[in-house]
Amino acid sequence: MTTVLAARMPPGPLATRWERYRNELALIGPARRRLHSVLVVGTGLAGAAAAATLSELGYRVRCLVFHDSARRAHSVAAQGGINAAKNYQNDGDSVERLFHDTLEGGDFRAREANVYRLAELSARIIDHAVAQGVPFAREYGGHLANRSFGGALVSRTFYARGQTGQQLLLGAYGELAKEEAAGGVTVLARREMLDLVVVDGRARGVVARDLVSGTLEVHTADAVVLATGGYANVYFRSTNAKASNATAIWRANRRGAAFANPSFVQFHPTCLPATGEHRAKLTLMSESLRNDGRLWVPRRAGDDRRPEAIPEAERDYFLEHRYPRFGNLVPRDLGSRACKAMCDDGHGVGPGGRAVYLDLTDAAHRLGPAVLRERYGNLFEMYKHLTGDDPLRGAMTIAPAAHYSMGGLWVDYDLMSTVPGLFVIGEANFSDQGANRLGASGLMQGLADGYFILPHTLAGYLDGARLAPVADDGAEARAARADVRARVRALLASGGRRTATDFHRALGRVMWEACGIERSREGLTKAIDEVAALREAFWQDLAVPGEAGELNQELERAGRVADFLELGELMCRDALAREESCGCHFRVEHQTADGEARRDDDRFSHVAAWTPATPGHAPTRLVEALEFDSLDPRERSYR
Amino acid sequence: MHVTLRIWRQRDAREAGDFVRYSLDDVDPAMTLLEALDHLNERLAATGEPPVAFDSDCREGICGACGLVVDGRPHGPRPGTTTCLLPMRTFRDGATVTLEPFRTGAFPVVRDLVVDRSALDRVMRAGGYVSVRVGSAPEANTLPVGRAVAERALDAAECIGCGACVAACPNGAAALFVGAKITHLGLLPQGQPERTRRGLAMVAAADREGFGGCSLHGECESVCPRGIGLDVIAGMNRDHLRAALMPGRS
Repeated sequence: MTTVLAARMPPGPLATRWERYRNELALIGPARRRLHSVLVVGTGLAGAAAAATLSELGYRVRCLVFHDSARRAHSVAAQGGINAAKNYQNDGDSVERLFHDTLEGGDFRAREANVYRLAELSARIIDHAVAQGVPFAREYGGHLANRSFGGALVSRTFYARGQTGQQLLLGAYGELAKEEAAGGVTVLARREMLDLVVVDGRARGVVARDLVSGTLEVHTADAVVLATGGYANVYFRSTNAKASNATAIWRANRRGAAFANPSFVQFHPTCLPATGEHRAKLTLMSESLRNDGRLWVPRRAGDDRRPEAIPEAERDYFLEHRYPRFGNLVPRDLGSRACKAMCDDGHGVGPGGRAVYLDLTDAAHRLGPAVLRERYGNLFEMYKHLTGDDPLRGAMTIAPAAHYSMGGLWVDYDLMSTVPGLFVIGEANFSDQGANRLGASGLMQGLADGYFILPHTLAGYLDGARLAPVADDGAEARAARADVRARVRALLASGGRRTATDFHRALGRVMWEACGIERSREGLTKAIDEVAALREAFWQDLAVPGEAGELNQELERAGRVADFLELGELMCRDALAREESCGCHFRVEHQTADGEARRDDDRFSHVAAWTPATPGHAPTRLVEALEFDSLDPRERSYR
Repeated sequence: MHVTLRIWRQRDAREAGDFVRYSLDDVDPAMTLLEALDHLNERLAATGEPPVAFDSDCREGICGACGLVVDGRPHGPRPGTTTCLLPMRTFRDGATVTLEPFRTGAFPVVRDLVVDRSALDRVMRAGGYVSVRVGSAPEANTLPVGRAVAERALDAAECIGCGACVAACPNGAAALFVGAKITHLGLLPQGQPERTRRGLAMVAAADREGFGGCSLHGECESVCPRGIGLDVIAGMNRDHLRAALMPGRS
């Protein structure tokens, strides 16, 4: 029998559901808020926003970040923009349309009511960011400017050149700094969460390692909020920052928090292709470039002339041909798959023939290079630094790379996981992006969760929870700390010859082949064994020099890779169990005659969430059925 | 290509450090300097030697985590770039490249090439923000902001907080860092109500943290990976002076 997960969805019409629910949520008075403590892990858009907002409300907040400063969280690297249903362009946008586009972009594998709430809150995020002094792009009249992103026929994306994430994060970081100054938040930098402390079935704290001294600390609170980002680094090569990892959410899963749709990972079509074994970090070239750039490959397979030497008639603008309605602005899953198909057919260019061209020369003729530099200047600079080529001469060479995880810890409508008191926000949860995230929706979700949703739903939890005091040296906390200590010792004790990076590289190869842009039953079945074998080799042949009681970056890396080696297997299991194609999850066995994803709504219109494996037992797959009241799930069509 | 990396090794804040030379024979010119360091570290780790500690994360010049002094210059010889975007083809075959941590009194060395830049966070805490409570913002288009003003604000707001400006300054001043934030917020209507207080508080906090005074050498501007110019320091000085002359308005 399948166990069913209940999202604890409030009733009522979608359009007023959140508002009604908010009116019914318990309130905690200001005097009592001061008595409640909240621990927030991570200081990206979601974490910084949540910590600052909770502090403004009067809660006592402690915030952990593994960077040297809260401002370094990986949200900082988001480039293109943030969506909001403002309809400033008068092009017919509305909350309904943003909701619709996001749900359809996710291939109807997200929870409808969450997506609606996200669209509804989007406009307030822009209001707040502007009030913080975020310098968004403006029109000459002084009003906010917009551009287009994939999967939409309206312009609803707000941006600050190619560094929107940085500017939004600095806004949230400023708000956090203000609350630190006011005494409501304590930010502890260079602390990495390595385990969750569960007392009487409720999340009551974490075990964290002070990365400078190596000390294992216990931090307890009335509730724990994880805002620790995504896990695309499981592929070794990805657009994620070097240190982005799954450890916090994976350790929470080991303590009982169900992990939803782990195989839903997005591959971004426009990244700089990998050169050589040494490069793990693949540099993203923002999707916004597809506003003005055209993707193409040479018509003749194996044509190795320089791009500018290939005449117009011998180029295949494959996205424009295949998807005339959306052209170069199709959602990322379709873009990446089309690039892969072109390369598989021998039309690829660049290193190993695994890349395509992104060409801005038409736009440069139409608008002039100065306008393009104003729009994308920092991206051009980055491209030039890394490749030595000028992107406005000839064409940029780009390829798909692992980018964003739609999967993550399962949360209910309150953003609470299956462990009471453990809330999960931003990319770390699974909730709103379905099987494929639309461009410029990640920033929107992180900030909606952090500023506008969690601070209210958390009060609902705290009000009813009847929490007994918990000591940092209570039995559960001591046990969790002992587990972490044993794990750190094991990493240091293996005394082998292979580095954590080497195992990570090997894992990445397996995952990219079997659980990448395309997946098959055969490949996934084989990969499950391969990942298990790698994991075994890891614990026998790992080399980690140094000691536990010092700054030891190799030890940090090894711990993260150890968790990726467990998560990777679960991702393959999830991809194998989902016998359909949807969004970024493309099973070769399930495709239409045109090579598009074929969903199976009768059997798979659900979220799959996995409970942790126990000794001798594989993880269990729980199910949350997805129901759509507002629109009929249909086959996505961008043609 | 072949390069020798001459790297500052220091076990922790208390112990003395020294340079150690490492020879790399198989460097791909397309590698970045930090990828060459990764490569060296893999070799060291596999043989049981402690790898070289250094901060780095996004590898695309935006997070501000990385920052080495390369051949005597913060972020290396190429202007307008962070250490993570510095390709090895910058150096000639056979070169010896010296890598040191940012050296300035306000950034104590933590280990090897890692320094403690938390002083910059404390300066921000003194006033590097607009005090607005979540939920209280007016509709975003209520206050128009001229396009040129918004662009200039963004030029200043681009600061990534890497601290190269401090490391390059003979006085160890954080004037470019502080000036960038004061200029960013001072240009926008949203930043006006706290402008006086911000100017006084951030400058005072920088003094408290032990950053030096600015004497307009301009070294900061020349190493800033985002190209932030000395004009932000002029803006800071103006705001600070104006604030100091208007007691009671803070």
